[in-house]
Amino acid sequence: MGRRVGMEVSIAAAEAVALVDVDVVAAYPITPQTHIVEHLSELVANGHLDAEFVPVESEHSAMSVCVGAAAAGARTFTSTSAQGYALMVEICYIASSMRLPIVMAVVNRALSAPISIWNDHADMMLARDTGWIQTVAENGQEVVDLLIHAYRVAEDHRVLLPVIVNFDGFILSHVIEPIELPSKEEVQKYLPPYKPLLRLDPKNPVTMGPVGVPEIYTEAKKAQDEALKNSKKVIIEAWDEFTKHFGRTYRPVETYKCEDAEIILVMMGSIAETAMRAVDSMRARGKKVGIARIRLFRPFPVEELVSVLKNARIVAVLDRALGFNGHVGPLCAEVKSVLFDHGLTPYVWNYIAGLGGRDVTVENFTEMVDMVEAKAAKKEPMGYEIINVRE
Amino acid sequence: MAKELGLHSWRELALGAAILTPGSASELKTGDWRSSRPVVDYEKCVKCGRCYILCPDMVYSPREDGYYELNYYYCKGCGICAQECPKDAIEMVEEGE
Repeated sequence: MGRRVGMEVSIAAAEAVALVDVDVVAAYPITPQTHIVEHLSELVANGHLDAEFVPVESEHSAMSVCVGAAAAGARTFTSTSAQGYALMVEICYIASSMRLPIVMAVVNRALSAPISIWNDHADMMLARDTGWIQTVAENGQEVVDLLIHAYRVAEDHRVLLPVIVNFDGFILSHVIEPIELPSKEEVQKYLPPYKPLLRLDPKNPVTMGPVGVPEIYTEAKKAQDEALKNSKKVIIEAWDEFTKHFGRTYRPVETYKCEDAEIILVMMGSIAETAMRAVDSMRARGKKVGIARIRLFRPFPVEELVSVLKNARIVAVLDRALGFNGHVGPLCAEVKSVLFDHGLTPYVWNYIAGLGGRDVTVENFTEMVDMVEAKAAKKEPMGYEIINVRE
Repeated sequence: MAKELGLHSWRELALGAAILTPGSASELKTGDWRSSRPVVDYEKCVKCGRCYILCPDMVYSPREDGYYELNYYYCKGCGICAQECPKDAIEMVEEGE
């Protein structure tokens, strides 16, 4: 088995990428970048990883290099955050439309202004509709596991879509956690070599990413949409295989004490680990509270969420980004859509918390549950509010 | 009509709408949005071939008798042929007339 070591999560992410033996890493190395690509450049420079490291002049170029390299048949990786991600988004749409199995770690950080390098999910929401498969990690081990899983999913010929592994900036990226890194042999047993279905080859010329006239564009998008929808079964299958190889289990929606829960909190990312402690203390006081954690953000885990939420009396959705639409946060909007489509009518309240690195504590969660219970009892019109904000 | 225009179901598109056959653009018949079409008066035509040479698409092709035949599937109605014809043998006629 692999070794268990104390390691900064960004370094562990880089080690995971080295374990999958990528061919090309392209990255812009300046803020808001993390240690992930810095460590990868060291691994390449020191001869520990036989890959091409391309230090580019922007995140836009980083993704462009990945598109070109993936089109040529290479296994590729990049990483970014926040403003860098925003600059990259144009090419993110192209990567998914061209069905290139690029893998990217997105270290979630707030978007400026005001200038922030701290954690929230504004950048994840900025690029939620780019057509990438997206998973969310809650701790360092999950970052490593989900990155290895990402390549297996992306390169599966039934999928061939790029995959993002999201994880929280600073709260995860810059902390040292105990992490079990598998051996390269173990990873190779789980992840077969990448065999492109289509690639740029002078001996067999093809045109990738051509013009899509109005007579073609709709069909191209329909094909892409079906590919994303159909990816879910492969994602789950790859997690099942992961359990067989490495012992850890992942599901599209993971639950904590939801079986008999009347109140269910829905959230994504590392904040769920704090929420679990709050649930334990509320359970000790007799409150039937549980947590539904979104592990698979794209494609959105509709059926799984329905089966978790179907008996809940109250649902509180925690967003770490504002919707800026005047009525609901981005995650809550999707949860409400799922509930409505399936005829479920719990009382739903939307909390916006943890913006730009603001701490969300165990006490905050118990307060949120108390408040949502009071609102539901009073039949207060459903809506959203930012918590932890000074008046 | 869809197949005739070189259009297929979304299920038949190559991965990422890639084009697998080089030089296959001629299979996509794109002349469905012109507002006027060139009509040749073969009485005036002197077989010079300027229309064939100057057409930016591939509307004109030579016939065995030396005249040029039109394939409107490629014609966007730009009118270059009518403008350049030295004998004024080509007239742009509005579509629908």
